[in-house]
Amino acid sequence: MLYASKWLGILPSSGSCSCSVSLLVRKLSSVSGAAPKVCIVGGGPAGFYTAQQLLKARHDIVVDIYERLPVPFGLVRFGVAPDHPEVKNVINTFTQTAHSERFYFHGNVNVGMDISVEELKEAYHAVVLSYGAEGNRSLAVSGEDLIGVFSARDFVGWYNGHPSNKELHPDLNCETVVILGQGNVALDIARVLLSPLDMLKKTDITQRALQTLAASRVRRVLMVGRRGPLQIAGTIKEVREMINLPGTKADLLPVDYDGIAEALNGRNVDRAHDKNIENGGWWTGSKQAMGIRFLRSPVKVLPGADGKRVAGIRLAVKKLEGSGEGAQAIPTGHTEDLECGMVICSIGYKSLPIDPAVPFDPRRAIVQNNLGRVQGTAGLYCSGWLKRGPTGVIATTMNDSFDTARIILNDLEAGTLDMSIHKPGAQDITALLKARGVREVSFSEWEKINSEEVRRGEALGKPREKLLDVEEMLAVAWS
Amino acid sequence: MAVRACAGLLRSSSGFCSLNQTFRFQLNIRTFSTQPVCHSRSSSQSKVLLHFVNQNGMKTSVTGTEGESLLDVVVKKNVQIDGFGACEGTLSCSTCHLIFEDSMYDRMETMADDEMDMLDLAYGLTKTSRLGCQVTLQPWMDGMTVRVPQEVKDQRDVQETKSKQ
Repeated sequence: MLYASKWLGILPSSGSCSCSVSLLVRKLSSVSGAAPKVCIVGGGPAGFYTAQQLLKARHDIVVDIYERLPVPFGLVRFGVAPDHPEVKNVINTFTQTAHSERFYFHGNVNVGMDISVEELKEAYHAVVLSYGAEGNRSLAVSGEDLIGVFSARDFVGWYNGHPSNKELHPDLNCETVVILGQGNVALDIARVLLSPLDMLKKTDITQRALQTLAASRVRRVLMVGRRGPLQIAGTIKEVREMINLPGTKADLLPVDYDGIAEALNGRNVDRAHDKNIENGGWWTGSKQAMGIRFLRSPVKVLPGADGKRVAGIRLAVKKLEGSGEGAQAIPTGHTEDLECGMVICSIGYKSLPIDPAVPFDPRRAIVQNNLGRVQGTAGLYCSGWLKRGPTGVIATTMNDSFDTARIILNDLEAGTLDMSIHKPGAQDITALLKARGVREVSFSEWEKINSEEVRRGEALGKPREKLLDVEEMLAVAWS
Repeated sequence: MAVRACAGLLRSSSGFCSLNQTFRFQLNIRTFSTQPVCHSRSSSQSKVLLHFVNQNGMKTSVTGTEGESLLDVVVKKNVQIDGFGACEGTLSCSTCHLIFEDSMYDRMETMADDEMDMLDLAYGLTKTSRLGCQVTLQPWMDGMTVRVPQEVKDQRDVQETKSKQ
């Protein structure tokens, strides 16, 4: 928490005296219309980093985050792998932001259904859309709808306790799982499928997932990608984790790397390592393998005898033309079939339009914008994956959100956003929501959910045991 | 980035694994480079003068203590660098990326693979870049100048766009 406190440049005030002074200042500001009011749609890293930067830059700005779920933090909570707890440390800095006096969290509010973007624009000087990418890119091959085919997003959501994935019930009673895609999400899923239970049971993975994994028969996970090893989207840390996973051997085909060593240069290739022979290596007794297959793309998911469940996948064999990032995978006309009991599509997330009033680019699946200013409409902005597309790590989103915040601050300074007009902010929105039967979850109410999850986790030797059910979250929040 | 990931695969493809990679059985628990809050310091530990130069060229001078990491210094001395140290020194991000003078960089201990993995993802990477959480202050660093890296998109893009509207 010490690290987090520096972000705001203001520390939370203590004592009732300064509280009532700031209340007075806030009331005065709202009467004169001088205090800029900004709302952010989406309580994940993009939303929180945008808020953080705005609050730090101006001591009069008020920021409201509206989040669909009762719980904040988005993919930091639901996307980051359970065995990467340090990546979730950013929650500390977000929590510090949330405790700022001029910040309010409004959970359990579905923008697009409970309230419209137009209504938010009327109530605020600026609205920032930071709701990320809740859809998936589709395979568009036959057999995609067979039982046993999942999107990576749903599978990750399942083991990370996302309420909309709690009824997923993946059947791990098969030997081989094929993951389409070779990015970090694919690597995370492969690692979770094959990690020793002793490692996983100390993480915040859900008990339900743990029990399913304990009964799992999966011994082989293959990550299949369209192009070659030089185009792999996963980063070195995750690749290294795959290679080092206890009890699992790395199942790679040397032929895939022909000619690659010559193409690599600089500090990255240590030929001495290649000569470092591990006789009778620690994995030779392993019964598990995590493998990578290149230059293959899905043609068809093959059903089993009952016609309903996946039993294999047909892959087109490709060859690579060109090099580097621009390399293209060209068909050779050959196919091969891989036997498997599950297919997980990890080929990318996709943003969805939530409100017809917001210009959306269906081809790129992002909100149409220029440097974060939504096109064709004043006072509307975007940050994070919704703005640039669903790639990158938290630091990428952080920098992007800081950029959007700076654009907003520029517009406030320049008068493009007219602060002389009084805006009611959350006052009006909360009233509208109440009239529609929607009750919000505040940040301190989320903290009750948080405490309950930590309490349940303690009993199990885990950092937390996540609540899986929105109704249960609300019951705890409002208790 | 893709190149280094591929190199990692290449090393493994022959079925070999170097000894020092063998024993990571536990969770990826990264030890902090130093204690996050320093309560007691021996008075014999030297003070180290540091100059931080931010993206606008503005210099901030602070004094750190031998044995602290640069992340500790930035936090304790409240040096204003946006988003610095998001993962709190656990080698899970690249936001404490800093650029060093050649002479300083050359004297530092070689980077471990863990640090290199994360640094590879940093914006504005240079030949004398390091992650601040992994650099521990030594007396010979007294007077060192450290630069905050440029982001891929910097303020000049913002200004240009504004003037066009």
